[in-house]
Amino acid sequence: MNRLLAVIGALLAVHVALLFVRPGGALAEPAVKSVRVGIVFDVGGRGDKSFNDGAYEGGERAMRELGAEVTFIEPGDGTDREAGLRLLAAEGVDLVLGIGFIFTDDIATLAREYPNTRFGGIDYALSTDAAGNVVPPPPNVTALKFREEEGSFLVGALAVLVGRSKTVGFVGGMDSPLIRKFEAGYTAGVKHVCPECTVVAQYAGVTPVAFRNPGRGKELALSQYQSGIDVIFHASGSTGLGVFEAARAQHKLAIGVDADQFNEAPGFVLTSMVKGVDAAVYDAIKRVRDHTFQGGVSAFGLAENGVGYVYDANNRALIPDAVRARVEAIRAGIVAGRIKVPGK
Amino acid sequence: MRKLDEALLPPALALAIALVVGDLLILSFGQSPGAVFAMLLEGTWGNAYGLGQTLYKATTLIATGLAVAIPLRAGLFNIGAESQLAAGGFAAALMGLAIPASLPWPVAAALCTVAAVVGGGLVGAIPGALKARFGASEVIVTIMLNFIVLALLNWIVASHLHVPESLHTPEIHSGGVPRFADFSAVFRGSAANVTLVGAIGVAIGAWWFLFRTRAGYELRAAGLQAEAARTGGVRLPRVWLVTMTLGGALAGLGGVNYVLGYKHYYEEGFGSGAGFLGIAVALVGRNHPVGVIFAALLFATLSQGGLAVNAVVPKQMMDVLQAVVILAVAVCVPEVRRVLQDAARRAVMRGTAAS
Repeated sequence: MNRLLAVIGALLAVHVALLFVRPGGALAEPAVKSVRVGIVFDVGGRGDKSFNDGAYEGGERAMRELGAEVTFIEPGDGTDREAGLRLLAAEGVDLVLGIGFIFTDDIATLAREYPNTRFGGIDYALSTDAAGNVVPPPPNVTALKFREEEGSFLVGALAVLVGRSKTVGFVGGMDSPLIRKFEAGYTAGVKHVCPECTVVAQYAGVTPVAFRNPGRGKELALSQYQSGIDVIFHASGSTGLGVFEAARAQHKLAIGVDADQFNEAPGFVLTSMVKGVDAAVYDAIKRVRDHTFQGGVSAFGLAENGVGYVYDANNRALIPDAVRARVEAIRAGIVAGRIKVPGK
Repeated sequence: MRKLDEALLPPALALAIALVVGDLLILSFGQSPGAVFAMLLEGTWGNAYGLGQTLYKATTLIATGLAVAIPLRAGLFNIGAESQLAAGGFAAALMGLAIPASLPWPVAAALCTVAAVVGGGLVGAIPGALKARFGASEVIVTIMLNFIVLALLNWIVASHLHVPESLHTPEIHSGGVPRFADFSAVFRGSAANVTLVGAIGVAIGAWWFLFRTRAGYELRAAGLQAEAARTGGVRLPRVWLVTMTLGGALAGLGGVNYVLGYKHYYEEGFGSGAGFLGIAVALVGRNHPVGVIFAALLFATLSQGGLAVNAVVPKQMMDVLQAVVILAVAVCVPEVRRVLQDAARRAVMRGTAAS
């Protein structure tokens, strides 16, 4: 009994002693920064090599290039999304960013409570009222949205120009308006360069689990490849890992999504439709610094380099120069508004 | 006295170990333990908002902690609190959507709470019934049910009930309960609500049930020595069924905290881990309802504190610290008992030598 109390006492003494240790550089007062920003990731989001990590890169770049002070918060559970945003807003940072559409409600609530703080939401979901009109976000909120259909349009054109078949494939994750946007742009891109070509589009499911089902992805991709399709575009999260596996097994091509996915199946990844979350985050921070921040919807498309496709040393061998030139011409057409890309 | 020592010393020792390990972890990130612990305390118990968030998290953990602790008293390991919690929240939201908006909130809240108890209880009853009827291991069944129930709920919400571009149901028509912020402005913004009072009441009720009723006695007897209990006339299958149902119902109650107290809708993944953390709460709380309350407060503090210090130390540090607490308790319980028994034996021997 006494021995136990002595052990507890000794441990507490060590603890108290350690409390006074101050390693060099700990919690140094930051120099005056041009702009203070807080970024809240989704639960378990960091390390996804795509969406959340993209936001992290954008924040890092703003620190380096804009002299911004960026605080990153990673919530432990769903309640922490709102709590994380609130923590930052209460601290008085200039801009609070929530990464992912799941933050929509929380951002809208806090924006009303903190009218002098600016908020931004990646993929912020805009609701529609009873009459079908889009309800704009609160005035101090910028909804950072992407025109995924434009990037998908380009990879659609690329798929049909590179492939030898009149049919190309699409594997979606959860059947939802967001992923339908990818499919619509892709199909339009295919039809633009080859009106008689067709797209076989399949979805892995109707629940969010459909974004985490590589087995289903492989199954769908194998059946498409075996029907004679030789290029598949996936917009399906980690379900796409199964699509890459099928591409490797069948020696066919797959197109990645969100980030450059070349490493998932080197040699069999034609390109990736990248979504510039990093650019959107950087841009939002820059606008706050430059006092040009405005509430409302900011859409990032080809013109803003918010979406695009990968063309580098890794996949140059797969894309003939003539094809590259054709796709670049289409890009210019979309940017100039000569080519209209449907969003659904 | 010895009983109290045996109950209080292991958590005290475990906490002391965790504090020192926490210091070393913080140092390993190049930060000052004093500053980080100060931040942690300031962000949890240091201001009304942080306190509110801590109490909010503790409310769910009390429910899931009891959902594990009470079956453990009967020798049953309920690993299904995660899905029982979700089912309870879902049932509460369904009830809230089914009732008319004109219903006064206390009536509506009571109906939703009953729904949560039934929802969680049903999910808990399945492993109970399978064990009672076929002797199926409740460990396996509850783990597997987590997958089945969560997938089913996700599917229902995603394909039939969700608000477009979201993962949640519409808001309930009535039944939202007052938040602390409604009574005192200092709690403004925090999710803490009156379900905390309910959770503490339920914990006290659980204590009364376990230690003051015949059914509770039978439950504990079944856990201490099943064969002896059976010989003594306890119908084990019935105890298993009732206990698992009760466990599920308790976890289901936790869903009320989120659905009625906080967001007023069911959102996919709202519990995210609170069910599994209930196992740790039960362990650290020594399967005693009062212990569960304190353990829930401890883990809620670690969770909310983790958020408060997240800007300087990564979230994983708090996860590690949480695991250290659990491991330390697991080690300290038998160790403390051994030391105390040795001491008692020596005292007895000294007594006999003296006479």
